[in-house]
Amino acid sequence: MTTITGNTMGHTPAVAAKPDNYLTHGKTIGSWLFTLDHKRIGIMYLITALLAFFIGGMLAEVIRTQLLVPQGLIFHGTGSVASSYAAYRYYNQVFTLHGIIMVFLVLIPIIPGALGNFAMPLMLGAKDVAFPKLNLISYYLYLVGAILAIVSTVLGAVDTGWTFYTPFSIQTESYVVVMVLGIFLVGFSSIFTGINFMVTIHKLRPPGMSWFRMPLFLWAIYSTSLIQVAATPVVGITFVLLMMERVMGIGIFNPALGGNPVLFQEFFWFYSHPAVYIMILPAMGIVSEIIPTFSRKHIFGYEFIALSSLAIALIGFLVWGHHIFVNGQSAELDAVFSFLTFIVAVPSAIKVWNWLATMYKGAIVLKTPMLYVLSFIVLFTIGGLTGVVLGALSEDVVLHDTYFVVGHFHYVMMGGTLIGFIAGMHYWWPKMFGRMYNERIAQWTCVVLFIGINLTFFPQLVVGAEGMPRRYASYLPVYQPYMIASTIGAYIQLVAFLSMAGYLMHSLFYGKKAPMNPWGGGSLEWETASPPPHDNFETTPSVGDPYDYSDLVFDPAVNGYVHIEKPVESLAPVTATH
Amino acid sequence: MSEAIAINPTEEQVARDHLAHHFDTPQQQFDAGTLGMWMFLATEMLLFSGLFCAYAEFRATHPDVFRYAGQYLDPVSGLINALILLTSGLTMALAVRFAQTGKRFALSLCLALTMLGGVGFLAIHAKEYFDNGQAKLLWGTHYAPSVGPNGKPVAPVTGLTALVARPKPAASPGWQSLKSLGKAGFVVSHSAIMPASVGPSGVAASQKPAAAENPFQPANVQVFFGIYFLMTGLHSLHVIIGIIVIGWLLIRSLRGEFGPGYNAPVVYVGMYWGVVDMVWMFLFPLLYLIH
Ligand code: HEM
Ligand SMILES: [Cu+2]
Repeated sequence: MTTITGNTMGHTPAVAAKPDNYLTHGKTIGSWLFTLDHKRIGIMYLITALLAFFIGGMLAEVIRTQLLVPQGLIFHGTGSVASSYAAYRYYNQVFTLHGIIMVFLVLIPIIPGALGNFAMPLMLGAKDVAFPKLNLISYYLYLVGAILAIVSTVLGAVDTGWTFYTPFSIQTESYVVVMVLGIFLVGFSSIFTGINFMVTIHKLRPPGMSWFRMPLFLWAIYSTSLIQVAATPVVGITFVLLMMERVMGIGIFNPALGGNPVLFQEFFWFYSHPAVYIMILPAMGIVSEIIPTFSRKHIFGYEFIALSSLAIALIGFLVWGHHIFVNGQSAELDAVFSFLTFIVAVPSAIKVWNWLATMYKGAIVLKTPMLYVLSFIVLFTIGGLTGVVLGALSEDVVLHDTYFVVGHFHYVMMGGTLIGFIAGMHYWWPKMFGRMYNERIAQWTCVVLFIGINLTFFPQLVVGAEGMPRRYASYLPVYQPYMIASTIGAYIQLVAFLSMAGYLMHSLFYGKKAPMNPWGGGSLEWETASPPPHDNFETTPSVGDPYDYSDLVFDPAVNGYVHIEKPVESLAPVTATH
Repeated sequence: MSEAIAINPTEEQVARDHLAHHFDTPQQQFDAGTLGMWMFLATEMLLFSGLFCAYAEFRATHPDVFRYAGQYLDPVSGLINALILLTSGLTMALAVRFAQTGKRFALSLCLALTMLGGVGFLAIHAKEYFDNGQAKLLWGTHYAPSVGPNGKPVAPVTGLTALVARPKPAASPGWQSLKSLGKAGFVVSHSAIMPASVGPSGVAASQKPAAAENPFQPANVQVFFGIYFLMTGLHSLHVIIGIIVIGWLLIRSLRGEFGPGYNAPVVYVGMYWGVVDMVWMFLFPLLYLIH
């Protein structure tokens, strides 16, 4: 009845090479460094953030190796306590740098900066983001901030932890000012990206794409941008104040000068709790794209998923006090913040149920992006539920500053954000570079990574519940079995990441040419060539329901999905006309 | 680009010349810019809001300090500055209007007047800062006035000066006590932070810098001046940036670049200047009119 007709763009994606695409459009270094093309800026973010991830990851392996034995394998003294103290200071520097790099240079920018930049205008059918120059400025602010962070480490590595709590961060003899200045710049990069993306979604949606016909990734990016715009300035001023403390002795956070050190914690968490949603929301958006595509089924509960992103963004501003339960907050406030923390878990759970309902009775295809999404759901659920455990006031009094907290946030940050990012990277990789990676190896890597993450972080939950405090370079011997398990897990993760780096690099040069639509996605980025031309679309794509897969069928000739004419409702015979 | 003004064909061409490739119409481009600018200004407000929160926190916990220290500030110069900024806000609004209607001379004049207002504001403020410096009405350990707001002498604050030195690791009390603990065995759950009775700097933090001679001076007045300098300093920084940007507009306007077809930069800077004005309308009563 229906005939395969290919797409409006012609039948050639896999065979004849496209004459020009955004990667080949301009070959000089300058054409990359000064590009205003959102796709190239996205790739630049991707490379920079992955480099940062590599450094942060190596530091993580140092931490885990140190903790193989109770007195510390790498940094330990020569017998006297004073020499241990000196050696352990290095450990403090290592975990501080690990945390700062992972939070500020990897998790916060990587999804909006790399995947958001690359995919968002394509999904809108637009030519670019609203402010391309601002976009490039954002990237360079990020780059300069990252370089300053590294420079500060060379000058005198910060040993405060990624949270910079006062008064220690005022007193410590290390280059806190340079580090904080770097993060301040990265923060402004984040603000400008947020403004740019929000305006883009408001003003550059094509005719026919109403708010509730947008792909859910765009809702997630929009909610993320809202948090970036509304929360980041506060941490900006907080870091300015911290710099003023050190440079001028302004005294706001310094108890010795009459200041209030807990005020720093309030300010810091007023940003940094919403910031955890800056990290997780875009990952959830990626999950909402991948699940229906690989279940060949319309997303379930579109409005609920879309609006729960906004709900998370808004409620996320009201829970920061759960980081300060035991740091001198009144019991009444503690109770209120505990209650609100319970509330914020609700919209997250709504999403999870809708994803499950989407998969229910779907024709699930277990390709790599989908495998990562499944592991996201498992890991994020563990992370979220341990978060609720911590949000319960009475439990947090016991668990605060133990390894349980470390386990919690690694489940959500690694198991959630990072796995979500990796899923998205595998999903859009063919679109970004026009090549397919080795599916089999990628699937096995995903399984190994899943095992590695659980082996690393589950023992941390247990050992934390048994009372092991966090941020210590040494520990009591009773905890050693858990610590060894955790370290083995970290090494397994390393293997998985090396494998991933290997097959992705390999695909760039030897991978099969990617078709226009390898997975059968229904949103607009699949309506253009892989990789897309400089101007994104050769003809303006027409907007439809992004989760309607009924007219997409797999065509072995191009090794990808193509549109078929939909049967008309009157059941009149359809003749192909293209 | 306001609706009321008819755009003739050449101006329409000007508008199209300034259209970036990813927008469909000049109107869409202008709206996107306006929305972006509003958001940016919202983040500016949030930047200040952190300081407003700090202000609220300290004012709630140290009302006596605020009432005492507020008397040092001169409400008259604060008020004059408020009037100057209001006037410059008016000239900036007129500038926007003249840009839209294509009155180029009036536009340049208004921009120049706005700049003048900004410079006048800074001049008065600099004088205040200078006087504060002379009287040692400063933040942290630099706070050491010799007369109180009532004109009576106060003894210099000595308690605070002892606290300025940041301990070097080698000499830090944490180290010393660790060394002395050396024999106590391996597992020492000890941090470099001293017990509360000693204070985090390792120096007895007896917060009684107030001088006996002036019984009205409460403890921790220096905190007020810390907040005062932060808030007004950040605001002055915004005024300086505003003056620079308006100067750039002035040059472009003298070159005749703005008219009904293209005036977006004037509009955006006008919005910015409005917010800078508004912040002062909050700062002035909060800092200068405490009693
Ligand atoms: C389901 C929702 C969540 C709840 C109820 C929750 C709850 C909590 C609570 C109560 C704490 C404080 C523990 C303590 O220090 O005593 C905490 C810490 C933390 N959470 Fe969550 N959380 C949730 C989701 C997330 C997500 C999605 C992320 C990141 C992607 C995240 C990242 C963190 C981090 C980084 C910390 C520790 C910060 C530190 O002290 O260094 N959380 N969480
Ligand atoms: Cu939190």
